[in-house]
Amino acid sequence: MGRRISYRDALREGLREALQADPRVFLMGEDVGCYGGTYAVSKGLLEEFGPERIRDTPLSELGFVGAGVGAALGGMRPIVEIMTVNFSLLALDPIVNTAAMLRHMSGGQFSVPLVIRMATGAGRQVAAQHSNSFEGWFAHVPGLRVLAPATVTDARGMLALALADPDPVLIFEHAQLYNTEGELSDTDSVDLCSAQVRRTGTEVSLITYGGCLPKALEAADTLAGQGISAEVIDLRVLRPLDDATVMASVRKCRRAVVVAEGWRSGSLAAEVMARISEQAFFDLDAPLARVCSEEVPIPYPRHLEEAALPQAHKIVATVQALLGPAP
Amino acid sequence: MSKMHVPAPPHGPVPWDKTLAQAMLLDMLRIRRMEEKAAELYGEQKIRGFLHLYIGEEAVATGTLRALTPDDNVIATYREHGHALLRGVPMNAIMAEMFGKQDGCSRGRGGSMHLFDRSRRFFGGQAIVAGALPLATGLALADKLSGRAGLSACFFGEGAMAEGAFHEAMNLAVLWRLPVLFCCENNFYAMGTALARSESQTDLCAKAGAYGLPTVQVDGMDVVAVLQAVKGAADTVRQGGGPVFVELRTYRFRAHSMFDPDLYRPREEIDAWKTRGPIHTYTARLKAQGLLTEAEFLALDAAAQQEVEASVAFAEASPWEPVEDLLHDVYTPPGAT
Repeated sequence: MGRRISYRDALREGLREALQADPRVFLMGEDVGCYGGTYAVSKGLLEEFGPERIRDTPLSELGFVGAGVGAALGGMRPIVEIMTVNFSLLALDPIVNTAAMLRHMSGGQFSVPLVIRMATGAGRQVAAQHSNSFEGWFAHVPGLRVLAPATVTDARGMLALALADPDPVLIFEHAQLYNTEGELSDTDSVDLCSAQVRRTGTEVSLITYGGCLPKALEAADTLAGQGISAEVIDLRVLRPLDDATVMASVRKCRRAVVVAEGWRSGSLAAEVMARISEQAFFDLDAPLARVCSEEVPIPYPRHLEEAALPQAHKIVATVQALLGPAP
Repeated sequence: MSKMHVPAPPHGPVPWDKTLAQAMLLDMLRIRRMEEKAAELYGEQKIRGFLHLYIGEEAVATGTLRALTPDDNVIATYREHGHALLRGVPMNAIMAEMFGKQDGCSRGRGGSMHLFDRSRRFFGGQAIVAGALPLATGLALADKLSGRAGLSACFFGEGAMAEGAFHEAMNLAVLWRLPVLFCCENNFYAMGTALARSESQTDLCAKAGAYGLPTVQVDGMDVVAVLQAVKGAADTVRQGGGPVFVELRTYRFRAHSMFDPDLYRPREEIDAWKTRGPIHTYTARLKAQGLLTEAEFLALDAAAQQEVEASVAFAEASPWEPVEDLLHDVYTPPGAT
C-alpha cells in the first residue's frame, strides 16, 4: 500500500521536486508566496526557495500569464498559477493566441515550455463567477495539452511530465479535490496521453474526469448494489483525448454515460460522445447519455447548486434509464 | 477631424562619419524599396491577407535597431517588415514569407504579420495589439532570473496603450525592475482612430510615466535623434535600473492595411507629414554636409532595388509546402528543440 496523502500535499510535493530538480523552474501567480497559495498548495515554498522562484504577482492575469509565455521563450520553465479558471478568461489571449500558436506561426522555431495550473469547478457555494468549468474550452485549442488530475498519484506525478513537455500544458485542479485524500500508487503509471480505467465493469462505461471522478465511483458503488456492473474511465488528459481506452471500454460495456461538470451544450462531454458515435456506433446497445451541469450559471444556495451539478444519484438514474426496466 | 500640429522637418547636423551616415540611409532605403515592392506584389495577388506597410516610419526601426546588440531580444507588431530586415533576417526570407513559401523565415506559415527568426532573437511578428508587451516582460524576466546579458526591446503602436496588456506589462516590468526597452511607435492613429479620440491622456510619456519609469519623447522622423535617444535609453536599461519608455513620434504615409480606404485623415495632414519624410530629409542633410553625393545616393538606392528584385526572384522560386505537411508544427516533435 502506498503512502496516504491529500491531493493538496501531493501537488505541493510535485512542485517542490520540480523546483529542486531544475533551476529554470519557478512558480508565479497571485498569492503563491507570502499567502501560501489560495488553496495552500504552495505553502512553505517561499521560505524554501525564496521570492525570485516563488514569485507573487499583482492581480494581472493577462500580464503575468503573458510574462510566463515570454519567460518560457527566454529559456525558463515557468509554472504559472492562475487562482481559478474563472480568472483565466482575463488571460485567454496569451494562452490561446500566443502560447498555443507560436510554434506553428513561427514555422517550428519557438516552442513554449510553459505550465499553467488553475483550480476549476463548483461545489463550494461560491456562486456563479467562481464556479465555472472551462477546461473544455481550452481542450478545443490545437497546440495546448490539457490535464485534469483526479487522483493523488496524478496530482503528484503530472507536473514533472508537464514541465518536460516542450509545449504549453494546462493543469486543471478541481477545487473539491484539494481536501481529498488517497494513497500514492507505486503501480499506476502517470503519463500525459492516456486515460485510465479506475474501476472495471461490464455493463456500462462511466466516462469522466477531475472532480466528477469521485461522483462516478460513488455511482458505480451504488449500481453494484443493484447488480449493475459499471466501469469508470478517468480521461485525465482532455487534450489529446485517449480514444483507444474509451472505445475499448465502450465496446466491452456496450453502453456509455459521459459525466462532466461543464454545461452540456458544445461541451467536452459532447466531443467524447461524438467520438464514440464515430468510432463505436455499431457496438452500442443503447443511445449514448451524459450527465453534465444544467444550463444555468451556478447558483449560490446549496440545494440549487447541487441540483445544477452532476451528482452520483443523477448518474445512477441515467444508467438505470439506459438499461431499461428490469426484465 | 481637428487640425494636427505638424512640426518642422528634421534638420541640423548629422554627427556621424560617412560610413555610418550612409549605412543608416541604406537601411531606410532597403525597408522602403522592399515595402513598395510588397505593395505592388499585393496588387498582383502574389502577397495576400493583411499587409501593413511601414512606409514613412522607417527612421524608427532604423535608429532603434542600430542601438541594440545581438544579445538583445526584439519583439514587434504586425507592422514589422522593417524591424525583421534590420535585425538581420535576410530579405529573401522575408519576401518568401510574404509569399507564403517554404523558404520564408517562418516557413510560410506566418505571412507578413508573423516574421520570426530564432537565431537573431527576433520573436515576431505579434499580431494582437499590445500582445507583445507581456511577452517582452517575460523575456526580460527570464534574462534577469538566468543572469543572461541583454535587454528586451518591445515595439508597439500608441493604440496598444489603450489595452490592459500595456498597463499590466508596465506595472510588472517596473515592479520587478526588468530590462525592457518599451518602444512606442506613435503614428497618431490606432487603425483609423486618432489619438485624441482614443486616449484620455494624449501625452504618452506622462501616461507611461505614471508607472514610475524614465520616459523619452523623440522625433521618430529623424533617424539621428532616434539613434541618440534610444542609445541613451538602452544604456539606462542595461545599467539595471529597470525599463525605459521611449515615445517615437512618426506617421505612416500609407493606409493602415491594404484594405483601408484611409478616409479618416485629412489630405493636408498627410501631405504636411510627408514634408517630414525620414528618407528625403535625411538625404538632404547628408548632402548639405558633404556626407553624400547624388551619385552615392543613386548607388545606394540601386543596391536596395537589386536586393528587392533578387528577393522577389527567390520567393518566386521557393516551393510551396506540401499539403501533407499541414499538421506539422502544432506540437514539438520528439527530439526537436
